[in-house]
Amino acid sequence: MTRALALIRRRLVGSVFVLLIVVIGTFLLLEAAPGDAVDAYIVSTGGDAGMIELLRHSWGLDQSELTRLANYLWALLHLDLGQSVTFSRPIRDVILERLPTTLILMGSATALSFGLGSALGIYAGARPGSFRDRFLSIGSLALYAVPGFWLGLVLIVIFAVGLRWLPIGGIESIASARTGLDRAADIASHLVLPVSALGFIYLALYLRMMRAGMAEAWRQDFVLAARARGLSRRRIVLAHVARNALLPLVTMLGLQSAQMLGGSVVIESVFAVPGLGRLAQEAVAARDTPLLLGIILVSAVLVIFINLLVDIAYALLDPRVGASEAGA
Amino acid sequence: MNPLRRFLRTPEALAGAVILAALLTMALAAPLLFPGDPQAIAGPALLPPFQDWSLPLGTDRLGRDVLAELFHGARTSLAVGLAAAAAALVIGAVIGTLAGFAGGLVDEVLMRITDAFQTVPSFLLALAFVSVVGPSLGVVVVAIALGAWTGPARVARAEVLSIRERDFVAGARVIGMHPLEIAFREILPNALPPVLALSSVIVAAAILTEAALSFLGLGDPNRVTWGGMIAEGRTVLRTAPFLSIVPGLALVLTVLGVYLAGEGVVETTAVRRSLS
Repeated sequence: MTRALALIRRRLVGSVFVLLIVVIGTFLLLEAAPGDAVDAYIVSTGGDAGMIELLRHSWGLDQSELTRLANYLWALLHLDLGQSVTFSRPIRDVILERLPTTLILMGSATALSFGLGSALGIYAGARPGSFRDRFLSIGSLALYAVPGFWLGLVLIVIFAVGLRWLPIGGIESIASARTGLDRAADIASHLVLPVSALGFIYLALYLRMMRAGMAEAWRQDFVLAARARGLSRRRIVLAHVARNALLPLVTMLGLQSAQMLGGSVVIESVFAVPGLGRLAQEAVAARDTPLLLGIILVSAVLVIFINLLVDIAYALLDPRVGASEAGA
Repeated sequence: MNPLRRFLRTPEALAGAVILAALLTMALAAPLLFPGDPQAIAGPALLPPFQDWSLPLGTDRLGRDVLAELFHGARTSLAVGLAAAAAALVIGAVIGTLAGFAGGLVDEVLMRITDAFQTVPSFLLALAFVSVVGPSLGVVVVAIALGAWTGPARVARAEVLSIRERDFVAGARVIGMHPLEIAFREILPNALPPVLALSSVIVAAAILTEAALSFLGLGDPNRVTWGGMIAEGRTVLRTAPFLSIVPGLALVLTVLGVYLAGEGVVETTAVRRSLS
């Protein structure tokens, strides 16, 4: 446990610097955007030059850039992301409202891609060079070349328009007044297509990593030793070869989280899923830059958090990790 | 055996090379085969494919020639993909070399910046950048490169760290070469091969990102893009799914071609290394 704690402490210190850089970056982008919050406000309410002057002063927009950066940081420390012009509500509230949907989408897609991907990877890597190995390798490469949003559209054409098995979009049936398990099943049926579109692309990645890791592991001495001990092939594949190839996949899980958040923007737009990604697209369409940058900040925090979880999982799986820090 | 023939011997690499050659031909021949504006109206709207041989793939919702759009779209996809990947590789190689060679505080600061760029989802970053600066071909290239340089930077840094202790670098120091000259003339060229090995993955990712950006309406509005065609076809997805599916297939083939050719190159060079 001390190992994990030491790791968390070191990671948190590093994350503070990384977050600071992200905040400065978003501030610079906000500055580069044409117009400021007052312009956006005036467009929706109307007002004369005197009022613009007054608003700029009261919102602190007439101060120097450094002061404004300090104000921005100070507000962020109080978890205040500012006001969204399009929604006329605090950005934090808008984001928090959309976040759970995206987390469910990402979580399910990750479970699908990791579970099925590593299983197929084990199947392919159990017999390197066999027909099924080559078939799955080429197939996964082809799958990896598919744009997620296009796969989503193809799935809609087949399963929602053609076969009418699944709903075409949204997160639940409108005004259905369902409750409890009934409602959960309704949401699940809406999530099947978006989760598949998002998950299948990354499935290829895990499959290929698993397969490559296993090809590497087959050449190791401990596999020879396991063979010499007369273990069954099944046992060697699962307990020795696949187990060693699994660790890099866990690291990939953290690295992919940022990619998947980005991918969910297009997937949520295709399926009209009201999550964080769709919110980002709405922010772009409405030219609501503060909202968009708020989403970026929240995403960065989310990615840091996921990577922290992955590091802890890794430390628990691999006794070598962090051993030196715990001793120090 | 010369490297090119060895490269073409693996079936995957051969397939990749054929696909890429076909695409390059498509991109180069587009203005010759389909002169004039591909966004101009060419016939009746929503003409199904294989009906009229002057418009083999039919027309879209506004009566534009789908085949002409497909050819001109290849130009945009390849141009943006290659330019963004080149920019990402150059930025990554320079920053990685500086970080690895300078060490100390410079290394620490540059690597934290790299961390920050890897923490922000690159697609969201590209989205924000294009929406703030405004969509044009150059802006899209920069936006994609902004999210893609971190991988090359890390690889270049790791490579530089191992090279900078070698004898020829010590030799360059002894003869009084300027540190920047050592970094970029002596070390960088030697650190390049593993960085360049990333290029197929980066080109592929750049093409997919460009497609996603134009799908969301953030591509250059004056150019035909496959992503834009898919978005356009989406409005008539129920009646004419063909319009979204065809440009998507072109994208899949392109990216697959890039991957296959890339794997072929890596395999060829790996064989060469193990032979020597």
